[in-house]
Amino acid sequence: MNDSKKPSLGTALLLALTIVLSAGGNLLLSSGMKHVGSVETGPLIAVVRAFGRAIARAEIWLGIAALLLWFVCSLVLFSRIDFSYAQPASAVGYALVAVLGYAVLGEAVSAARWVGIACICAGVTLIGRTPPRTTA
Amino acid sequence: MCLAIVILAGTGGELLAAHAMKQSARRQVTSGSAVAMLLQGGFRLSAMWVGLMLQGLAFFTLLALLSWADVSFVVPATALNYVVGAAGSMMFFREQVDRMRWAGVLLVCLGVAFICASGL
Repeated sequence: MNDSKKPSLGTALLLALTIVLSAGGNLLLSSGMKHVGSVETGPLIAVVRAFGRAIARAEIWLGIAALLLWFVCSLVLFSRIDFSYAQPASAVGYALVAVLGYAVLGEAVSAARWVGIACICAGVTLIGRTPPRTTA
Repeated sequence: MCLAIVILAGTGGELLAAHAMKQSARRQVTSGSAVAMLLQGGFRLSAMWVGLMLQGLAFFTLLALLSWADVSFVVPATALNYVVGAAGSMMFFREQVDRMRWAGVLLVCLGVAFICASGL
């Protein structure tokens, strides 16, 4: 067992990058799709047109790139620290998306959502107090 | 049944991908650990591809589930994947999940459920 209580600087930065890429990617996709407009189930041609409008937007491509990079960072992170540390710690992304949605996109954040954000932050704080790697 | 598939296949897929990456990292101790080589090593292992297929199965089962079950039940319930992930890493990777980490996992689970439920 590795007794180190804190992740190395590189691993901590990778974890932070994973969280930011996940939140940023989802935010970019959300922002891009809001410009495309509501995609309803209906005639195939309408869905195809909406898809065409979506792929013409830079935010959509940036969002896809961010999420691809997020996937790669997650894989590298899994090779460095415990899965039971990395998986819940990256849930901070949920909280970050809600905060950014409120601050950047002007979305309403309900009391229940703030409670959820507080629970995630408290949970991640507890997880952060355990050793990031407990196996050889 | 479908919810169990979503949670077990999704988390199982992530655990298999993590297993492939841990194996790849162990093999590269002597030959350096450039990120590209690490990823290349991971994708050479069948565990990675099985893991990705399981995550695909989880995604399409989720879509099917959403077609008949209430989204207000389904999405918060999938937060259980954090509990399954912690249990799976104890069983398969022999990680030591102490009481503090369990408490953190359960709080994260609760928080994700709150956020998902409030957005529906």
